[in-house]
Amino acid sequence: MLILECPYCGVSGEETEFHAGGEAHITRASVGDDDQAFETYLFMRKNPKGVHFERWQHAYGCGKWFHAARCTMTLEVFGTYSAQTFTPPKALLAEIAKKRSGFEFEGGAS
Amino acid sequence: MSDMSVSALSNAQYDGSVQVADTGLRGMITLRGDLADKGLAKAVKAATGLGVPKQRQVLTKGSNGVAWMSPDELLIMVPYSAATQTAADLQLALSGQHALAANVSDARAVFRIAGAGCREVIAKLAPVDMASDKFAPGTIRRTRIAQIAAAFWMVDEETVELVCFRSVAQYAFDILVQAAKNGPVDFHLPKS
Repeated sequence: MLILECPYCGVSGEETEFHAGGEAHITRASVGDDDQAFETYLFMRKNPKGVHFERWQHAYGCGKWFHAARCTMTLEVFGTYSAQTFTPPKALLAEIAKKRSGFEFEGGAS
Repeated sequence: MSDMSVSALSNAQYDGSVQVADTGLRGMITLRGDLADKGLAKAVKAATGLGVPKQRQVLTKGSNGVAWMSPDELLIMVPYSAATQTAADLQLALSGQHALAANVSDARAVFRIAGAGCREVIAKLAPVDMASDKFAPGTIRRTRIAQIAAAFWMVDEETVELVCFRSVAQYAFDILVQAAKNGPVDFHLPKS
């Protein structure tokens, strides 16, 4: 069971109150991009054992989308942050790096 | 509206150690906009006599109330008969800015859960810490009760008011009664 904190409500809720929205920070392919770029955008997802950045919606609460960083192995939630960003906050990345040696944020889908 | 209007469960009531009751119709207006805006605060004041609540706060005065629903949404509560007019007044006062006032009175059902064990009734249904030092009167929580969305707040230490969609009113009433029926487990009872 994940306990997530909605950055908009300030509420710490358990995961049944939220809706998972898959991997975060995906670069959207757009008009003019080739098929390869669209394939990457639509289908290629990370499936790490470890740190994962995700989108979540506070479905039963304020209804807002936000980002969460958690570990897929231990289910530790490192933190949640606003949806209005392309990259995780630096402070959060530093904190994760402290807990997981060798961690480096790679950005969008690879 | 006409006097044909009735609440979802026609004031159904369950009397046990905790009382669960359909409170009847209540005027409710969803107000979306920039909550930091002075014009919006003024319009809310004019409609209810209350200020703009802070995060997760609910303000009440008589039969009027204002509840914080999300960073850009308020729930305005007024007497049922005044809702249409209040929604129109709010929309007029906010014309020119990106805001919406919608009368949602007939889309909602309101329940009152009263009794010393009211915290436990809610705690059995919602994933919320109902300990008295974690959830105090004056705070609103939007969450789920069993399988449906709901919002609730405490009027005082022994009274909870709960709002849900009218279409699921019977379900809400049934699970609240079920949770009230088996009596307290003495976990969240007020300290005497």
